[in-house]
Amino acid sequence: MRVLVVGGGMGGTIFANNLARRVASELKSGKVRLTMLSASDKHIYQPGWLYVAMGRMTPDELEREQASLLEPGIAFHVDPVETFHLAENHVTTKSGKVHGYDMLVISTGSRPTPQDVPGLTENSVNCYSAENALQYFERLNTFKGGRIVIAVGLPHKCPMIPLEVTFAMYDFVKDRGLLDKTEFYYTYPIGRVHSLENVAKWAAPEFDRLGIRHETLFNIKSVDGEKAVVHSEEGSEVKYDLLVAVPPHRGQEVIEKNGLGKNGWIPTDRYSLHMEGEHGKNVIVLGDTTNLPISKAGSTTHFEAEVAAENVASVIKIGRSVRSYDGKVFCFIEAGKDRATYAMFNYTTPPQPRAPNGAVHAFKMAYNKLYWASARGLL
Amino acid sequence: MSERRIVDARGSFCPGPLMELIVAMKQMQVGDTLELLSTDVGSAKDVPEWVRKVGHEMEGTEQDPQGTWHLHVRKKK
Ligand SMILES: Cc1cc2nc3c(=O)[nH]c(=O)nc-3n(C[C@H](O)[C@H](O)[C@H](O)COP(=O)(O)OP(=O)(O)OC[C@H]3O[C@@H](n4cnc5c(N)ncnc54)[C@H](O)[C@@H]3O)c2cc1C
Repeated sequence: MRVLVVGGGMGGTIFANNLARRVASELKSGKVRLTMLSASDKHIYQPGWLYVAMGRMTPDELEREQASLLEPGIAFHVDPVETFHLAENHVTTKSGKVHGYDMLVISTGSRPTPQDVPGLTENSVNCYSAENALQYFERLNTFKGGRIVIAVGLPHKCPMIPLEVTFAMYDFVKDRGLLDKTEFYYTYPIGRVHSLENVAKWAAPEFDRLGIRHETLFNIKSVDGEKAVVHSEEGSEVKYDLLVAVPPHRGQEVIEKNGLGKNGWIPTDRYSLHMEGEHGKNVIVLGDTTNLPISKAGSTTHFEAEVAAENVASVIKIGRSVRSYDGKVFCFIEAGKDRATYAMFNYTTPPQPRAPNGAVHAFKMAYNKLYWASARGLL
Repeated sequence: MSERRIVDARGSFCPGPLMELIVAMKQMQVGDTLELLSTDVGSAKDVPEWVRKVGHEMEGTEQDPQGTWHLHVRKKK
């Protein structure tokens, strides 16, 4: 069986390593061939960009050579896919090569598209790339006081970022003695301060306690850089001195161009993780690029990849898949520079987050290093 | 011709049905309609609230015997 993985990020890597371990002997005998195509020779731990923006990590700490993370037996090529020929079971790449498959796994992630909101790119900072996180840190570093507005586009990856940047900046500004010169103004698209009701129930009083103002039902419509004002779809406007954005996202252009899904989100079955439609039988979709109504997060991707790897291995060994994805998500929530909590939930059970503490923060810091073991499929 | 879409946000705690609706509405043309499926009881309240605030139109809300809410919205602007 030829298994082709498109994407060498969280989903593709965890899937491929997990599968390679399960079918080690089949890989050795040549019964299974496992190939990965990616757009980069680097693997980046994106959650680290939050810390880069706060001056607590540097981008090089978050990068590894992708080839160094992969199990032996996985053929890896930096050669992005340009065309998907699902009816013929092959893809073509930038270099012109054709890769056939019996099972295709797509985990090409998502990309921030601040350009979808007029004025947002030029007038805001964000932590959605290493470069942007460094610029964000630069702005924070030279910040002398004023109003910091947090504005949130939809959809976005990592649902905790709006809260996390707010709490992290609060501690940053406090440590610099600028709290009395700074006003925090948090905005959020729906009628509470976070999508998860129980998280919102904890965060809103925490904002009140810290004096962080909040406006809900605020969807960014445009930013007027000259007047330094953000306008919302709902008709309100807010002045800012520093605008911090959680930009809206789309899936990759290649997904959209090949007609696999509107805005790059591929229609995916929520339990089997197979692509919906006539070609879905041998196409699995993981991570941010699914259209599933769940968080676009690394943990989502990780749990999906494990289910998919177990299923593909069992198809190889016993001719059928054995597991369904239950919608499991586990997100840490950094509540400042030295405390954190977490939210764990699935399709049927909402999270019950506890009060933040230092131990959970320490665990998150450890996980930031342990991630590399997780990507290798060891954790 | 106006399009009709179904957005299945059953079992969605995060981002949740209202965010799924907001995202879908952005991809639609004026006049298109959408049916949002939600198992969150809060949707029956927060979806109409947002729809009215932004100036779209609620065309109806019903709950089926399995408990799923069906919220019908038309994009007006
Ligand atoms: C600031 C920030 C903080 C975050 N914090 C957290 C957190 O605390 N917890 C959490 O769970 N998640 C967090 N995330 C989200 C997490 O990083 C993503 O959800 C996760 O990386 C998604 O995995 P993926 O495999 O879908 O995509 P990615 O990891 O983005 O990988 C996509 C891969 O596809 C490749 N690719 C792209 N185009 C092509 C092509 N045409 N052909 C072949 N390959 C291609 C890319 O090179 C890349 O290797 C955070 C993200 C950010 C930005």
